[in-house]
Amino acid sequence: MPDAAAGPTETVLEVDGLETVFHTQDGLVHAVNGVSFNLKAGELLGVVGESGSGKSVTMMSLLKLVAMPPAEITQGAVRFEGQDLLKISDREMRRVRGGRIGFIFQDPMTSLNPVYNVGFQLMEPLRVHMGLNRAEARERAAWLLDLVGIPSAAERLNDYPHQFSGGMRQRVMIAIALACDPKVLIADEPTTALDVTIQAQILDLVRKLRHELGMAIVWITHDLGVVAGIADRVAVMYGGAIVEQAAVEELFANPQHPYTRSLLKTMPSIEADGPEKLYSIPGQPPHLGKKPSSCPFAPRCAESFETCARANPLLASIGSQHLVACHWNPVTGGPRHA
Amino acid sequence: MLDATPPSVLLRAQNLTKHFPILRGIIRREVGQIKAVDGISFDIHRGETLGLVGESGCGKSTVGRTVLRLYDLSAGSLVFDGVDIGEMDQEKLRDLRPRFQMIFQDPQACLNPRMTVGSIIAEPLVEHGRLNKREREQRVEELLDAVGLNPSFRNRYPHEFSGGQRQRIGIARALALEPDFIVCDEPIAALDVSIQAQVVNLLEELQDKLGLTYLFISHDLSMVRHIADRVAVMYLGRMVEIGPVDALYRDPRHPYTQALLSAVPVPDPKVEATRQRIIIEGDVPSPANPPSGCVFRTRCPKAMARCAEQDPISREIADGHFAACHLLD
Repeated sequence: MPDAAAGPTETVLEVDGLETVFHTQDGLVHAVNGVSFNLKAGELLGVVGESGSGKSVTMMSLLKLVAMPPAEITQGAVRFEGQDLLKISDREMRRVRGGRIGFIFQDPMTSLNPVYNVGFQLMEPLRVHMGLNRAEARERAAWLLDLVGIPSAAERLNDYPHQFSGGMRQRVMIAIALACDPKVLIADEPTTALDVTIQAQILDLVRKLRHELGMAIVWITHDLGVVAGIADRVAVMYGGAIVEQAAVEELFANPQHPYTRSLLKTMPSIEADGPEKLYSIPGQPPHLGKKPSSCPFAPRCAESFETCARANPLLASIGSQHLVACHWNPVTGGPRHA
Repeated sequence: MLDATPPSVLLRAQNLTKHFPILRGIIRREVGQIKAVDGISFDIHRGETLGLVGESGCGKSTVGRTVLRLYDLSAGSLVFDGVDIGEMDQEKLRDLRPRFQMIFQDPQACLNPRMTVGSIIAEPLVEHGRLNKREREQRVEELLDAVGLNPSFRNRYPHEFSGGQRQRIGIARALALEPDFIVCDEPIAALDVSIQAQVVNLLEELQDKLGLTYLFISHDLSMVRHIADRVAVMYLGRMVEIGPVDALYRDPRHPYTQALLSAVPVPDPKVEATRQRIIIEGDVPSPANPPSGCVFRTRCPKAMARCAEQDPISREIADGHFAACHLLD
C-alpha cells in the first residue's frame, strides 16, 4: 500500500479503476466504468446513487461476488492488506470474505438460511475463519448476538430465522458480518427494507459499534438522510461512475456536481414547508449499453454545454478532499478546464 | 380550509373495522383473528389529500382496500358522497365503482405484461361499457397525454417502459373513468428518488386540474408532508393521531407520532448531528393479539399503569387535530 503508515489515516482498502461489464442477450452492459476510491481505517464512506448507478455491482465486484459469467471484471485493482483481491485465487478470496471483510445485504430474509438456526450460521464463519472449536464458537456467537442488542442471546442461538422479526434478522446479519472482527464492513442498503423506527434502531447500533470495534465501513444507500446521519465521507454514483466525492458536511453544504445538487433539491423536507412544486430531474437514468464517451448525466443536466457531449469528465480534485467529475464550474459559471 | 363553512365530506368512515380470520386444520376452523383495522373513524373532504402513514403491518393498506370495498367491512359504516356503501352488495356497488379508483405500489405487478398499454388503459372503459371503439382510442390518447406519455406509445407493452413511466400508465388507467376519489397505495415506494418527484408532481397537477380527492398511503413521511392536506397516523390497526399536516408535523402530540417523526433521517449533516432522536425499543406486537388498553403502551417511553387498563379515546386537542393518548387528558 502506498501510505500504509499506522494511525487514523491509514488506507485499508483501495479500489483503482474498477470496470465491470455484464454479457447479456442484448449485448454488453457497462455497469461499472472506472470506479476508484480509498477507505481509511475507521471511517464510514457512504455510497449514494439510484438503482442502476452501479453502487452494488461495484461492491460485489470487489469481493468477486458478482456471478461470472454473465459479469466480467475487465479492469482495475482492489488493494487490501497488501494484495490485489482481483488477482488472488478463489480459495484465498474465501478467506477474505466473511473474515477480514464482512458483508451485510439488503434483505435479511433471503440472506439467512431458513433451515439452519442462527447459532449455526453465526458459528460457521467463526469455526472456518478463526478456527475456534464448538464451545468457543458458541460463546463468541452469544457474545455477538448480545452485542447487536438481541435480548437473551444465548437462548436465541437455537432459534431459526423465521422466529425473528425483520429488524432482529438484520441484527443477526450484522452479528454474522462482525463475527470475525472484520477490518472492513460493506453494508448494501442494510436498512432499506426496514421501517423507519427500526431503521433508527439499526443506525443507532452502527454508530455505537463502529467506534467500539474500530472498523471501516462502506454504506451503500439511496437515502441521503441516512448518509447525512452516519457517514464521514460520501461518494455519489451515477451511470456506473463516482461523480462526486467529499466529506459529508462539505458535500451537503457545497455540492458541486449538477446531479448531486439536483438530488438534494428533489428530496422534500420533513422539517419545514417545501416549495409548492417538488423539483424533479427530467428524463431517465442512462442505459449503459455503451461505454460512455460523453458525460452520462448531460442529457438530464440543466448546465450542460457542448463539451459535455464530447468528453466524459474525469473525477478531479477541486480542493480539500473534494472530487467532482463535471466540465462545468458553478463558481465561475464557465467551463472547468477551459 | 379557506372559508368558514366546513367543506363537504366525500367519504366518511366510522368505526371502520376489518378483522381477518386465522384458519387452522383441515376443516379450516377459525382459531383467532388478525385485527388489521380495529375501529377507526375519519372523514375525507372533497378535493383534499389525506395522508395515511404508519409502519408495515399497521393496517394502512387494509384501510385503503376497505374504503373501496375491495374487502367487506367486519364492522362500522362507510358513506361515500352521501350514499351508504358499507353494506351495499357488489352488484349495486359496481355502478358506483367508476367514481373511486386505486393506484398501486408496484407498477410492474399491476400491469398485465401481455396487454398493450392502450388496451390496459381502455379496459375500464370496455368493462363499464362506455364509449365506442373510436371514442375509446381517442380517450386513451388523451389520457396518455394527460400523464405525460407520448400517445403513440399505446401499442407498446409494459416492459418497454421504465418504473416511473409504468406508474404513469397505472395513473392513466385509474383516471379513465373520471373518478372523484383515488386511493394511492404507496404509489412512489418502488421508484427512485429522482423519479418520485416527477410522479408526485403529476398527481398534484391532476388533482388541481380534475378536482380529485386522494387517500395517499405511504411510509415516506417527508413526501406525505409535501403532498397531504391532513395526515392520519396508524399503529397496530388503530388511528393514534390525525390532524392538519403542518400542525401534526410541527407539534405531534401522540408519543408514537413523535417517535416516528424523529426517526426519519434528515438530509442535512448539521441537523442530524444535533437532533434529538426518540428511539423506540422492540418491534410491533402481533395484530392477532394486541396489548390491552393502549396498543402502543408496550413500546411507549411514557407508558403509565393506566395505559394497560384503559383504551385511550381520541380527543380534539386543537382545531381538527385529534390524538388518542392518556397523557392528553
